Amino acid sequence: MPLTDARPIVTRRVSVPESWTLKAYLENGGYVGLRKALTMEPEAITQEVLASNLLGRGGAGFEAGKKWSMLRKAQPVYLVVNGDESEPATFKDHMLLEADPHQILEGVVICAYAVGAAQAFVYVRGEFALGLERMTEAVNEAYEHGAVGRDIFGSGFSVDVVVHPGAGAYICGEETALIESLEGKRGFPRIKPPFFPAAIGLYGAPTVVNNVETMSNLPWIVEHGGAAFAALGIGRSTGTRIFSLSGHVKRPGNYEVEMAKVTFRDLIEDPRLGGGIRDGNQLKAFIPGGVSAPWFSPDQVDMALDQDAVGKAGSMLGSGSVVIMDHTTCAVRAVWRITRFFHRESCGQCTPCREGSGWLEKIMRRIEQGAGREEDLELLLDVCDNIAPGLGWPPQQTTICVLGPSIPSSIKSGVNMFRDEFLTHVKEGACPYG
Amino acid sequence: MARLNVENVQRARELIALYPVPRSALIPILHVAQEQDGWLTPEAVSHVAELLDLTAAEVYGTASFYDMFFTEPVGRHLVSVCTNIACLLNGGYELLEHAEQKLGIKAGATTEDGEFTLEEAECLALCGAAPCLTVNWRFFGPVTPESFDKLAGYLRDGELAHQVPPHGTLCRVRRSVGLPARSAGEAGPGVDSGGTA
Amino acid sequence: MADTASQTGTLTINVDGDPMPARPGEMLIAAAERGGVYIPRFCYHPRLRPVGMCRMCLVEVKGPRGFGLAPACFIPVADGQEVITRSDKVKKAQDGVLEFLLVNHPLDCPVCDKGGECPLQDQTLAYGPGETRFVEEKRHWAKPIALSDLVSLDRERCIQCDRCTRFADEVAGDPLIEFKGRGDHIEVATFPDQPFASYFSGNTVQICPVGALLSRPYRFKARPWDLEQVESTCTMCSVGCRIAVQSSGPELTRYIGLDSDPVNHGWLCDKGRYSYSYVNSPERLSHPLVRKSGEMVEASWGEALEAAARGLDGARSVHGAASLAVLGGARLANEDAYTWARLAKGVLRTDNVDAQLGDGLPAEVVLGLPRATIDDACSAPAVVLLAPDLKEELPVLYLRLRAAALEAGVPFVELTPRKTGMSRHCEASLAYRPGEAPALAKALVEGSASDVAGVPAASIATAHELLGVEGAVVVLGRPSLAESAGSIAAAAAILAGGLPGCRFLPALRRANVLGALDMGLAPGLLPGRVSLDAGRGWFTQAWGGTPEQRGLDAAGILGAAAEGRIQGLVLLGSDPLSDYPDRRLARAALAGAGFVVAVDTFLTASSGQADVVLPAAAFAERAGTTTNLEGRITRLGQKIVPPGVAWPDWMIAAELAFRLGADLGVESLEEIWQEIERVAPSHRGISRALLADRRHRDGVVAPLADGAPADLRPPPEAATGTGAGSTTAAVPAGVDPMSTPGVDSVETQGLPATDAAAATAPSGGVDPGPEGALDRDPEPSTPAPPPPMLTWAGDHSPPPLAPLDGYSLRLITGRTLYDSGSLVQHTPALASLAGASRLRANPYDLERLGRGQGGQVRVRSNRATFLAEAVPDAGVPRGSVWLPFDAGAGEISAGEVIDATVAVTDLRVETP
Ligand SMILES: Cc1cc2nc3c(=O)[nH]c(=O)nc-3n(C[C@H](O)[C@H](O)[C@H](O)COP(=O)(O)O)c2cc1C
Ligand code: SF4
Ligand code: FES
Repeated sequence: MPLTDARPIVTRRVSVPESWTLKAYLENGGYVGLRKALTMEPEAITQEVLASNLLGRGGAGFEAGKKWSMLRKAQPVYLVVNGDESEPATFKDHMLLEADPHQILEGVVICAYAVGAAQAFVYVRGEFALGLERMTEAVNEAYEHGAVGRDIFGSGFSVDVVVHPGAGAYICGEETALIESLEGKRGFPRIKPPFFPAAIGLYGAPTVVNNVETMSNLPWIVEHGGAAFAALGIGRSTGTRIFSLSGHVKRPGNYEVEMAKVTFRDLIEDPRLGGGIRDGNQLKAFIPGGVSAPWFSPDQVDMALDQDAVGKAGSMLGSGSVVIMDHTTCAVRAVWRITRFFHRESCGQCTPCREGSGWLEKIMRRIEQGAGREEDLELLLDVCDNIAPGLGWPPQQTTICVLGPSIPSSIKSGVNMFRDEFLTHVKEGACPYG
Repeated sequence: MARLNVENVQRARELIALYPVPRSALIPILHVAQEQDGWLTPEAVSHVAELLDLTAAEVYGTASFYDMFFTEPVGRHLVSVCTNIACLLNGGYELLEHAEQKLGIKAGATTEDGEFTLEEAECLALCGAAPCLTVNWRFFGPVTPESFDKLAGYLRDGELAHQVPPHGTLCRVRRSVGLPARSAGEAGPGVDSGGTA
Repeated sequence: MADTASQTGTLTINVDGDPMPARPGEMLIAAAERGGVYIPRFCYHPRLRPVGMCRMCLVEVKGPRGFGLAPACFIPVADGQEVITRSDKVKKAQDGVLEFLLVNHPLDCPVCDKGGECPLQDQTLAYGPGETRFVEEKRHWAKPIALSDLVSLDRERCIQCDRCTRFADEVAGDPLIEFKGRGDHIEVATFPDQPFASYFSGNTVQICPVGALLSRPYRFKARPWDLEQVESTCTMCSVGCRIAVQSSGPELTRYIGLDSDPVNHGWLCDKGRYSYSYVNSPERLSHPLVRKSGEMVEASWGEALEAAARGLDGARSVHGAASLAVLGGARLANEDAYTWARLAKGVLRTDNVDAQLGDGLPAEVVLGLPRATIDDACSAPAVVLLAPDLKEELPVLYLRLRAAALEAGVPFVELTPRKTGMSRHCEASLAYRPGEAPALAKALVEGSASDVAGVPAASIATAHELLGVEGAVVVLGRPSLAESAGSIAAAAAILAGGLPGCRFLPALRRANVLGALDMGLAPGLLPGRVSLDAGRGWFTQAWGGTPEQRGLDAAGILGAAAEGRIQGLVLLGSDPLSDYPDRRLARAALAGAGFVVAVDTFLTASSGQADVVLPAAAFAERAGTTTNLEGRITRLGQKIVPPGVAWPDWMIAAELAFRLGADLGVESLEEIWQEIERVAPSHRGISRALLADRRHRDGVVAPLADGAPADLRPPPEAATGTGAGSTTAAVPAGVDPMSTPGVDSVETQGLPATDAAAATAPSGGVDPGPEGALDRDPEPSTPAPPPPMLTWAGDHSPPPLAPLDGYSLRLITGRTLYDSGSLVQHTPALASLAGASRLRANPYDLERLGRGQGGQVRVRSNRATFLAEAVPDAGVPRGSVWLPFDAGAGEISAGEVIDATVAVTDLRVETP
């Protein structure tokens, strides 16, 4: 593990040959955490997770232990694992599903035991064919092995796990849309309140929704204790975390590093990580946490990979995906493509998101193709303002879920950081980058 | 191509048994239907509706929300080229244009011989290997114009059949276990059909 | 869901600085509206579950982190909740939403049916931004596509509010339209080639907040500003849904459902909604007809009435009053029915009078059992269904009961010879062998260890369990026209005696059948639910005479006519040849009847054979009142004038009486109603003024409870004749144009029912005058106490039942919504929907004939032999067979094989 001497946690097996098999998993300390967990009181496990201050890895960054303890007291309780990973530039869960499905499964059973879940569902993004096969195979093996199903490892605890395929819709990553989808419906997010999964989730029952990477951390935390995890990182940003690094770096990929002790610069430049900008180009801008996040400029590159620091600076670590854009990048084109994404993925419930995303995409395309008007810049910002009033951070919203208010992130970043570049497109009717 | 065949009806029944509420099996069953015919035929949609006691309109409407379900025939190979941010920055659109020329069709279309359907995809979560694409949801990346041409050739000649099954086949591994825990009644969830916004 | 339940607020919220009462559980948007603060909305509808999708209702609500924007339609009220509905922030959000909604909207208002009554248009004017900033290409869809025979869709105008799709799923239970696609490609769609074939499809057009869903019969028919309207009650069946009748010029153009909380919640069935066009039919009778040397020729009223009087008087003088009979009257208004009852019983002195045509239940049973309202049924501890398929015959009652089962969790027990639309919502649906309803009823109240009437003991046990409660409600009608009324009456008596505190909701189909019975149009009855014997003195006083002895019911009348014992027969808007279950008897009767007078709106199979035909005014051509299956009396509005010289039925009766030498002394509907209120014990205290009072626009249920609540007594001002002021609204107070587009958003609205009637008095020159204006309550002409209303002891002895031989199947029959009745057949939009006559039997029984997949079979009975198309139907129990009574025109009817003299009809079904 580079930079700090913290050792990797969730990616420690990925380079093992056939790492996805039960055999490889057991040879590398698999299911030890679960065996230990089953000897503990469920409540004690939640305490360990609280102590670890494990932050959700799906995007919202909410404390996992806290979420579990907020469950409405009712039976049955369900556990839903979010493996829908569709936030552009995020590709860590994809790797975990293919490389270490048993680790996810072990985390699932630990969590199910801690919250007393009757049944667990692992919702895997439909496009992850190989991930689905590996996950399904792992479930088959785990049942055989007695790690899932009835009377797990003779402990008397039982839980069934079902691998559920998605079918291609980014919005189904949103936890309430995911629940709707899991109920066999259109992926329309539910209004919160009252539909917080912990209160009213799957089939109306209290439900825990956690991300694949979040789950993957549980075996280690139970085995080594929450304190050991909390000892890593700084403040609320504890433990290690996978960052999906992409764009104009020499060595794009998933890197698990200790939180808050590593900076964006390290991530980009360290030879064992990004290895620097390609062709020795200059950094133009970077996105710290997926395309829903506002952009950062080069002068913010020394900021630590710290959830709260990034939040204070007006953006988010989100799903831990860092996109690097060098000086050859056309900001207008990048913003347009991201806007186009949201337009294609809006579920269509809320008028501002449904119609606003399309309108913004059309304006951006016009500008990108050289048919823009000067007033379009103000129009862009005002339309954005009607989706996320005030354009502040974290955004206010006129919509049901936060996909809507995520649309303005890149637009306002682009217009504010690269206004001249936008104007050049408008005035010259062409892209300076050809 | 028609209603679900006997084996797939059996698979559908097994899928329904995995969930506290039958409708939850809808998407998995639609994948089975798409595996059978390569797309969702009207007959299959009606059949799935019968199996779940829904109207065909409900099944059709739900399926139409999801990009992976096709209610029109598609080519044997669905080539999905990512053009989202990471790939955009690494030549995703150039790759897509190359693919359009190579296959002689625009994105969204299917070749005369029904071999290929080309589509522009959103982020495929393989950004470390940009620009990337999938064929029937099997991943390839980074892809250069040259490697694309090779790939297209292999696919046409069926040399990748082991790695890339025909369109519609998603998960070739079948679940081999039932639900012992639930059937044991130890953790049998009481079904609460409420809870939608 | 916000509703108009009159429970008073127990919370206080603070809206724009003012405290406001609110009801626990209701949504902010509803509380604010009642408090006078209207929050704009599109997707919200008070009768649908909120979805919070359109975002138009965003207001500022104070939360833990200060004020934030939240959808008022999805935020439940909380005590002390602080809300801001008017602020720059709110304004910007709402303007923003409207601007977004218009982004892809075609703005083709000039060519849009909704133009002028469009909530989107109105709210854009009210709240919207001025100029458009959208310069891009709009989304395009092929222009209107047909969703069904009645509804088409313009997808470019759709704003994805989810109202139609929620209605179809939640309310109608027909999820045949769904959202298709995602994001701004969402469209409302059916499954290809599977149309939106729902009996309730028209409601989606009514609640569409834009011009996306269009009524195919109405398309381009009129512009909202040309429409006049009046409030009325639909008379296509006895549910009595409240409607706004709209006309442009001399023609009816549209009905819109009004939200009557105790009755229809704003919904209508398509049969009712589109039936207006039969009124406009060119085939309506417009002039009297008299048969001269075999030929029917037009005649003047004078001539025709003379001929009618002569014919009836002649018969009476030669053969006596008992040779006269009056058949029908269930489609008349109360005032018409009363006047005819008085003519028949007070003037002609015959008691051979029956408003029902052998397809109902004995009047004593209907009037003599304790009665329940629809709301009673929907809040009952248990409901028993011993009735026809309500979805087919009383569609909106079906909607109310379905909701009670699904939302209120009311347990339903169904006794039916075959599966019905309600079966899937019943805790217990017991399929009994036709004719054995009494046996099953007995088993239900007493419990049974063994199977009864073909129903497994286990199911009986479940039902028996469910019915072990105080105050169940029984929905009572004829489960099958091939099972005698006597059999059902016996079953009713058993339930009445065996279910503690149970009450009955009659499920009789014809619009005003209960009003007609109340008015005495049945043998052995006099107006006000009084038996002939008990009321003789009182009515001889009031009328100057009454029949000597009890007369015949429909079966008796037709039987006597067939034997030549009826010399003068009046058909009062009735068509026994199509409606009487035993077709052969009906034919023989009309052939044998001496002299026949028909009062009708169309020349039907029956009236076509009459000697004198008198043209009557139809719905919306006359004012008056009608009574629904609950006994709820509501006002009918008049909007247009009758064709030619047609008269209201009461006038015809009055004029005919005059020609028979009796002056009924009634000149107006008011006078008739005052007389009814005075002489009919069940209607005591129900004055015109009371009915005119806006607080009772949902109607008044007769009889008034003793010491009726304050609001059920005429308000002083109404009593003194200035009550008209209280009826100035043509629609219920506070109708929200968003929940009922087309009623309140139109500038040029019709006048209130009464004034409208006055304004356009029919050629007959009737002038009802303002409601209540003439309402004086003169001393009853007699100090004698009014006679008691009848109660029914109940006759438990079921009619004898022949055993079913092994080769026969026992017949089940009933009506379907789109039948061959003259009203449907004269409504072009619906006539085509009437189905073909298919024989339905259990797959097992058809298998035995080698017709497992269906196919042609021969049907044999002592009455007739014919070929029919058989369809396997697991909903029909083994040993029974279903044949529709009234399928499309020209189709074979079960009436051809029914023998009214026996309890059940058995058929041989064979391979041809
Ligand atoms: C538009 C949208 C998309 C999301 N996509 C994902 C996703 O792909 N994977 C994921 O784990 N969480 C996603 N989330 C976050 C989930 O709603 C939820 O917060 C998360 O799964 C909780 O798990 P965690 O607490 O372990 O992070 C998304 C949220 C939004 C609003
Ligand atoms: S904000 Fe967009 S994605 Fe989220 S619920 Fe509304 S329409 Fe759907
Ligand atoms: S969101 Fe409240 S009315 Fe539509």
